[in-house]
Formats: sequence, C-alpha cells, structure tokens
Amino acid sequence: MNRKLLEVKNLKTSFYINDGYYAAVDDVTLTVNENEILGIVGESGSGKSALAFSVMGLHTRAKMEGNIFFNGKDIVNVSKADLNKMRGNEMAMIFQDPLTALNPLMEIGAQISETFILHRPNMTKKIRKDRVIELLKMVGIPRPEYVYSQFPHELSGGMRQRVIIAIAIANQPKLLIADEPTTALDVTIQAQILDLIRELKETIESGVILITHDLGVVAEMADRVAVMYAGQIVEIANVYTLFKRPLHPYTRSLLHSMPTGGQDKLHVINGIVPSLKHLPRKGCRFAHRIPWMGAETHEENPILHEVEPGHYVRCTCYKNFSFQEDESKEA
Amino acid sequence: MWKFIVRRLVITFPQLILLSVLIFLLAQAMPGDALTGLVDPNIDPETIEEQREKLGLNKPWYEKYIDWVGGVVQGDFGQSFRYKMPVTDLIEERIVNTFWLSVTALIFTYIIAVPLGMISGRYNDTILDSSIAGYTYIGFATPLFIFALVLLWIFGFHFQWFPTGGSVAPGLEPGTLEYVMSRIQHLILPALSIAIIQTVSTVQYLRSEIVDTKQKDFVITARAKGASESRVYNRHILRNSLLPIAAFFGYEITMLITGTIFVEQIFSFPGMGQLFIESVLQRDFSVVNAVVLLFGAAAILGALLSDIILSMVDPRIRIK
Repeated sequence: MNRKLLEVKNLKTSFYINDGYYAAVDDVTLTVNENEILGIVGESGSGKSALAFSVMGLHTRAKMEGNIFFNGKDIVNVSKADLNKMRGNEMAMIFQDPLTALNPLMEIGAQISETFILHRPNMTKKIRKDRVIELLKMVGIPRPEYVYSQFPHELSGGMRQRVIIAIAIANQPKLLIADEPTTALDVTIQAQILDLIRELKETIESGVILITHDLGVVAEMADRVAVMYAGQIVEIANVYTLFKRPLHPYTRSLLHSMPTGGQDKLHVINGIVPSLKHLPRKGCRFAHRIPWMGAETHEENPILHEVEPGHYVRCTCYKNFSFQEDESKEA
Repeated sequence: MWKFIVRRLVITFPQLILLSVLIFLLAQAMPGDALTGLVDPNIDPETIEEQREKLGLNKPWYEKYIDWVGGVVQGDFGQSFRYKMPVTDLIEERIVNTFWLSVTALIFTYIIAVPLGMISGRYNDTILDSSIAGYTYIGFATPLFIFALVLLWIFGFHFQWFPTGGSVAPGLEPGTLEYVMSRIQHLILPALSIAIIQTVSTVQYLRSEIVDTKQKDFVITARAKGASESRVYNRHILRNSLLPIAAFFGYEITMLITGTIFVEQIFSFPGMGQLFIESVLQRDFSVVNAVVLLFGAAAILGALLSDIILSMVDPRIRIK
C-alpha cells in the first residue's frame, strides 16, 4: 500500500514578473503514496495551486527546477506530447471553480467523452457514450441520459463540480489532484462532494492531493497534511499528529484561528502573506508575522527538521514559540 | 432553436415597417415633388394643381404612405423620373451585381481575417502579432478609396491582370462559362478592396477575444484532459472566440453597403451603390427611396442573420 506514487524533490517554480523570476513554489519536497490523501493547507497565495499546476505541467510560462517523479519517471522536463499522454489519463485534476471550468459551448457528454477520445482512441462511439453515462451515474448525477446532452449553464454549481470530477476520474487516474474542490460551493454541497471524492479514491485506489484552506476538510479527509507558507512547506505530518502536536508557529496560528466555540474573539494572524515579489528570500519567511519572537530564535537558512518519524518542521523558531499576550492591545 | 428563430423573425417586421415609415417621411420632408422642375413653367398653375390631385400628391401623408407601401410590397417602387422606367427594372440587375460583390467581399474578409486573428491571438505580443497589428492600424487609418485606387492602379492598370471597370466583359452570352468567369474576374478587385478594410476590425476583435478566452478556466480543464495545444485552440478557444464575430456580422453587412458605394464608384461597377449616388445627384427620389429602403432592409436582415448564427453557436442564447 505504501508504494510511492509521486515524489516531488526540491521543486522550484518561478514566474517572470517585470524584471526577473520569482519563485512561487520554493524548494518543495513531498511524496504521495498510492491510495492516500495528502492534504495541502495554507492561506491564499502560499503556493498551493502553483504546486498543483506544476505537477500537472499546466504552467505555460513558468521556470521549473527540481524533480517530480511520477511512478519513478521524472516529469519536470518531459515533452509536451508525453505530458499530454499522462494528463487526463494517469493523473487528473479537479478544479476550484466549477462555474468556469467547463466549456460553455460544449455539451456535458462531449466534454467527458473528450478524455476518452484523447486517451482511448479505439473506443467505439456507442461504448464511449455508455461509459460517460456510467460515469455521470457514478458521480451522483440524476437522469444522466438527459444531462448528457445538456450544456453547463443548465446545471447548478454542485452538479457542474460533479461533471468536472467525472472528467477527472474518467480514465481512472493513479493521481488525482483536487485544487480547492469545494471552495466555490455551499456547505451542504461541500460535504457531498468531499464524500464523493473519498469514495472514488477508494474505488480507483488512486493517490489524492487535496488542496484546501479549510482545516476542517483536511482533518476529515487527509491521511497526511503538508502546511504551506509563502511557497514553502513549513510542516508536514500525519493528520493526527498535526492536529494534536502542531509545532510550527504558522500551523499553530492557523489552528488557533479556527473557531471552536466558547471564545469571545478569534485569533488573528498579524499581517498578510507577502506578494511574490516581496517574499523574504532569506531566513524564516513567517518571522515578520510573529515579530515578538527575537531574531535569534530563527534559523538563518531554515531547513526541515524531522522531529519524529514522518513529522517535519521548518525553522527552529517553533521551539520556544508562544502566542503573544494580546489582551493588552485589545483593551 | 426553431422557436428562437421564429421569435426573432417576428421582431423583424416592426423594424421593417418603422424603416419604411422613416424613409417615406424623410422623402416627404424634401422640397419639391414629382412635378417640380419637370413641367413647362408656361403651363397654367391650375392645370398643374389638377395633375397633382390626379396623381394623388395632395393626399395626406399617411394615405400616400399606404399607396407607396402597397406598391413596394408588390415589388413596385414607382417610376424613375430620370430614366422614365420602372424603378424595379432599374434595380433588378444592379442588386444582383451588388449582392455578389458583397458576398465575395464577405468571403474574402473572413478568409483573410480569421487566420490572421487566430495567429495574432495565439501568439500575442510576439513580432508576428505586432506586424499583424501594424497592418490593421494601417487599414484602420487608410480610407477605403485609397486602397481601392492603389489596387486598381497596381493590378488593373500596371499588371493588367484584372479589368479596371464594369461587371462583365461586353459581348459574352449569359450562362456560358466565359460569362461567369468574366463576372468573377470583374468582382475580385472591388471585393478585395472592401475586404482588406473590413478585415481590420474582425482581426482585432478575434485577437482580443482569443487572448481573453485562452486565460479562461475551461482551457486549463482541456489541457488537464491531455488535449494538445492545437486541439485546445481549435476545439475550445476558437469557437468561444467566434461569438463576438458572429454578433458583429450584422454590423459588417451595414459596413459592406457603405463600402460598395465607394468601391462601385471607383471601379465603375454597375451596382446599387453607383445607382444610389447617381440618383441622389439627379434628384431621382423614387430611386433614392427604393435604394435606401433596400439598404436598410439589408442591414436589418444582416442583424437577423447574425442573431441566428449566434444562437447556433452559443446555446446560452437560445430561448426555450
């Protein structure tokens, strides 16, 4: 079961902004095993989606360094044609916004069929249609024969997300990347979609990368969790460990900011994620948001420390981190 | 789909009626009538008045309008004052000429514009895109008649590849292959001059639309499915980018009409545009009325056609 499916090693994805390349994903190393859900959490702008797009090779104008081993094969600098053979076939992606991720001028059936046309060219039209209808049924769409010839604008957001999931799982990919699959949906639909993803993961036994900024979703779904901040992984651990013994100040701040009931005021992390151009490239990237921690507590070049088997934390500042007594400020 | 087309057709009728009323009122507002200037000034004014009464020129405007529309519906636009022949006969041959000129110009326009727009949009902000943009700026800034004259001079006068005027070489039997070929040969230069100018806006529309569309999420979905770049462009981006071009089609037809007026004059091509200018200059108002009405109707039908095309391309527009 614990076979490595995806291995990202020292991945650095940079974008050209005005005067030079800036890394949105900086030195990320992680693995995804078969039949496992790896959750990736972080604020907006922490590089989660950029990481997912890197794995799928979907960046059109990015510089990628490092390695991404998929089934043992490095896919960072693989040819476009080879990449196209894998995308939609061995790895697939579920997108954030179901309202815009479907082609408005194509019938639902045609959009799902396309994955078969691309990867199963020998499939007959009849079988293709049967398979599509089967898929629609599988993702829980009522009246699949009818929906087959409908257009995206005739479906609700939740239904469209199901269609996107159907497209993703059509060829039973080994790796499924879900990029905030529930962000654009309302809460009741969220639960259904998450259940569906988990169910499908069991059926096709694929590895899943679940990207989200919702810690509740991670707690419920993921086997392991990677916390990203400013393009780097700051902590990675088994889901139980992470929620029980979070170490990195950022992870702890995130968990601390979750509403638990019974508290008067929510914890707020100071400041915002710096923009790509203004990221501190040296030292602990989270340092400026916990200014009460002295510079001596941070590492000069923070690396991931293995504090217990499978539990990694970046920077030494976690050792004596404590939340600031902010009552004085509020009074 | 059919419901939409029928509904759209129904809307067209009031538009046509309004158009005819407007044109009729404009014609009424112009000084003089059919007898002004035609009659010997020595004739007794009472006799003229009698004639007016007999011809129905003293009726109130709405009765005159109904007379006129009643004729138009039956294909009777009245008599040309100058040519002393029915306007319908006068228009008949010219409308065919102009129709083929417009169709050829449209075909040339899209043959040139769509590939240029696609290249420009796909490789935006490259040298290729900039040179296409350069062409469109020049085309946008240059008046149509300059292009027409330059083409006429180079290909008609200098190289003598194409005739410099007329719609068909004299002395050919209608229906023979030579006759058709001669007609096509006469069409190419004027159609090309219109097309070169018409292309400009279509190229720029298509370009900006493709640049827009290629950043949309469904394009990423298509790539994530494993579609090759050419498939992404041809199947997903192009069709979505053609919507405004289809919407633009009706306007394009109106532009064609103004285009043919110039071009027919330059190439002495016997079409509606030439007839229009002649009849305006000669105050041949029954002809002017008929030509303006037909031009207006063409614009309305163009809009109708573009709506129907749009509804075929975009399912969201169809009314259920």
